[in-house]
Amino acid sequence: MNTLGIGLLNVFGILAALLLLAAVLTWVERRLLGFWQDRYGPNRVGFAGTLQIAADMIKILFKQDWVPPFAQRRIFVLAPAIVMVAVFFAFGVVPVTPNIGIGSDLNIGLLFVLAMSALSVYSVILAGWASNSKYSLLGGMRAAAQMLSYEVFMGLSLVGVITLAGSFNLSEIVAAQRDLWYVVPQFLGFVIFFIAGIAETHRLPFDLPEGENELGAGFHTEYSGMKFGMFFVGEYAGIVLISALITTLFLGGWYGPWLPPLAWFLLKTLAFVALFILLRAALPRLRYDQLMAYGWKVMLPLALVNLLVTGAIVVTRSA
Amino acid sequence: MAVALSPSVKPSIPAPAIVGELSAHCAGGVQTLQATCDGIPTLWSDAAHFRELLRYAKHEATPRFRMLLDLTAIDERLRAHRDGQPAADFTVVYHLMSLEGNADLRVKVALQGEKPSIPTITDLWCNANWYEREVWDLFGIEFTGHPDLRRILLPPTWVGHPLRKDHPARRTEMGHYALTPEKELAELEAMRFHPEQWGMKRTEGTTDYLFLNLGPNHPSVHGVFRVILQLEGEEIVDAVPDIGFHHRAAEKMGERQTWHTYIPYTDRIDYLGGVMNNFPYVMTVERMAGIEVPQRAQVIRIMLSELFRIASHLVFYGTMTQDLGQLSPVFYMFTDRERVFEIIEAICGFRMHPAWFRIGGVAADLPQGWDRMVREFLDYMPKRLAEYDKLVMKNRVFKARTKGIGAYTLDDALEWGVTGPGLRACGFDWDYRKRRPYGGFENFEFDVPTGSSGDCYDRVAMRVEEMRQSLRIIRQCLEHMPAGDYKARHPLTTPPIKDRTMRDIETLITHFLNVSWGPAIPPGEACLAIEATKGINSYYLVSDGETMSYRTRIRTPSFPHLQMIPAISRGALVADLIAIIGSIDFVMADVDR
Repeated sequence: MNTLGIGLLNVFGILAALLLLAAVLTWVERRLLGFWQDRYGPNRVGFAGTLQIAADMIKILFKQDWVPPFAQRRIFVLAPAIVMVAVFFAFGVVPVTPNIGIGSDLNIGLLFVLAMSALSVYSVILAGWASNSKYSLLGGMRAAAQMLSYEVFMGLSLVGVITLAGSFNLSEIVAAQRDLWYVVPQFLGFVIFFIAGIAETHRLPFDLPEGENELGAGFHTEYSGMKFGMFFVGEYAGIVLISALITTLFLGGWYGPWLPPLAWFLLKTLAFVALFILLRAALPRLRYDQLMAYGWKVMLPLALVNLLVTGAIVVTRSA
Repeated sequence: MAVALSPSVKPSIPAPAIVGELSAHCAGGVQTLQATCDGIPTLWSDAAHFRELLRYAKHEATPRFRMLLDLTAIDERLRAHRDGQPAADFTVVYHLMSLEGNADLRVKVALQGEKPSIPTITDLWCNANWYEREVWDLFGIEFTGHPDLRRILLPPTWVGHPLRKDHPARRTEMGHYALTPEKELAELEAMRFHPEQWGMKRTEGTTDYLFLNLGPNHPSVHGVFRVILQLEGEEIVDAVPDIGFHHRAAEKMGERQTWHTYIPYTDRIDYLGGVMNNFPYVMTVERMAGIEVPQRAQVIRIMLSELFRIASHLVFYGTMTQDLGQLSPVFYMFTDRERVFEIIEAICGFRMHPAWFRIGGVAADLPQGWDRMVREFLDYMPKRLAEYDKLVMKNRVFKARTKGIGAYTLDDALEWGVTGPGLRACGFDWDYRKRRPYGGFENFEFDVPTGSSGDCYDRVAMRVEEMRQSLRIIRQCLEHMPAGDYKARHPLTTPPIKDRTMRDIETLITHFLNVSWGPAIPPGEACLAIEATKGINSYYLVSDGETMSYRTRIRTPSFPHLQMIPAISRGALVADLIAIIGSIDFVMADVDR
């Protein structure tokens, strides 16, 4: 009974925390962008604008739930749900601390995360296709190409970590970093994974599926109300997920002096979330073919080199 | 800078030489010479000979007149003062320019009848296409042989040709309007998209093309501008611009506003250029009226114009980076623009559209403390520009998105009538302020930046450097502001300086006339141009001795620039098109007028 209680607490605690975090991030991002751009951002509702989240929620939930008459209705409705579900599932195996985490001892944890994040591609592609609008279609096409190619070396960049830790189990990977964070031996892998993570969450400079200045809003041009909101929550949850994964895989997860494990995990994760937002404030967008060329011609070979060198070192050491 | 400011000198134009050469080579081509206030050699030809005349002027004359600067028409039917000009119901006016020879040539062709027609010159100049469509649209002059003679500024369902004198200028003169179901259907049907009408194929071989309607409502088309794209994947097979959504009949308004009350309309042509738009207009009127502008007014004008150049370029800079997905610079640049507007507001009382220039000078003298504000800005701005260099111009993603994109050669630029930074990006240092100093620019020291590749990156770089040069000019204005009147003491100055009105009956009378009826400008024609923010902006005014203009023609730089978009975007990607559109720097009011 007790274990069940703790398990349920974990499940609902993490789910609620993630939802809350994603919601808060909508406000944090706008405030941070405002700070970096010499302006205020939302600062009127509640203390420093924090209640903006509630205001936005109310607005977005009360909007007319509208499906364009030319859209493929079922898929159109389903698409935004996929991204949320996939990201939440993926979070299920992330070990927050030794005690907090839903399935963090899953022996194929890392594979599960990659599988789930790959599923979220469907959300964008289907949304773009089902909208039956040309701008959405172009956004969906871009998303398909971008995500599939960045998926490849996203996985490859992690093989180094797996070789060093000797496990797919995320808890064990964290435990293996007790003495040395993998960001040191796997620096190249860390950089590649971070870049792939930006592409995976389609944030600037890789936000081509949305490409606001070119495609209006890309794949979600036709969405409004809570369906649009779900894409948004999915995007922010995706940012948190990638940041949490970087923390787990490269920055020693909950390890750190003085502070409790949970604080360390949150600190590291939120620092990366802030970095994501800073990138958005700073960089222009790449062009579609430049992005693809960069992925296949630069990142993929680098990921392979990283894999070869790591493998060679591990083999030499064990021999 | 020379301390003594001299009144503006008239540009030197090798008039007799070119006219003699043309008469010698095209027998019967040159029929009459017309004297104009602007000194541009103006010759009359006829429909049979003018094409040979233009061809010769473009390809063989010395200097070669390679640019078709403007093509327009005049409805002559109600014009009283046409001394010595051949009889005509309509006149088509071709304004050629030789940038290398720094010379102008105006060729006029007289047409008769209700449905005049004239051969096209689209085979001679690419950019004649839109100009001829515009003349067809607004005057109903047919250009035989034109490949695509459709309306361009007005909707296809429009009835009549508005710049004809018999077309009403006011809504109230047009009778009751009712949108009947039939009319509504016809309007809707006219909006339906047929690729064939736009010269595009639906399929080719096994390829089905995708047609993308970009605009008139789209985040990156800078106003109400529509481009129809024929796409294969994301690659642009063809692009057809569609303009006219911002048409506000600015030229027709010129025919019913007094010379003075038309000034605020000019502000809204290039609505980012503010008083810069007043400049060519008042200069042209002053030329016809014979007014010499006092030195203080000249320097005030130059200072305000250059401030507006900076303000306009800042908007360009910010939105260009925004178009490429960089979110932050636009906020910094708008903050800086706000600083410019603080100065402009302190001097003029308005921000974007001060309408501050007057016939004969400016509206009022500079306020106390203007120099402190300007000096603070001059100290503040260079640091910001240096920061933006790091943020934008040296950004590798920005370079990757702009270098080699949308490039054209100098020959292309001349062929399409490209002026301003877009021309200088090709490596030709032609700046109106340098080549033909107007309004006192001959007394200022500044450099004309040039590029080399004519691509998007160079076009941005030109404008960044121009802001630095404008700061130099403003500093010279600050340090050498002459004393004296801010308005000329001339009977046609509007409104006149008032200090003598209550003591002297003559000044009282002119004051009364100029502010009640408006000044009556002597009959004549003139076309004066300036280096506006976006290129050459000229006003071609015809006065019939009345209190308002007989014909107001506004040549704007953005119009030919947009026409070039298809030529430089074929084969590019959709994202490149956005970069190209951004780098051209246009506002739709400047295109559609």
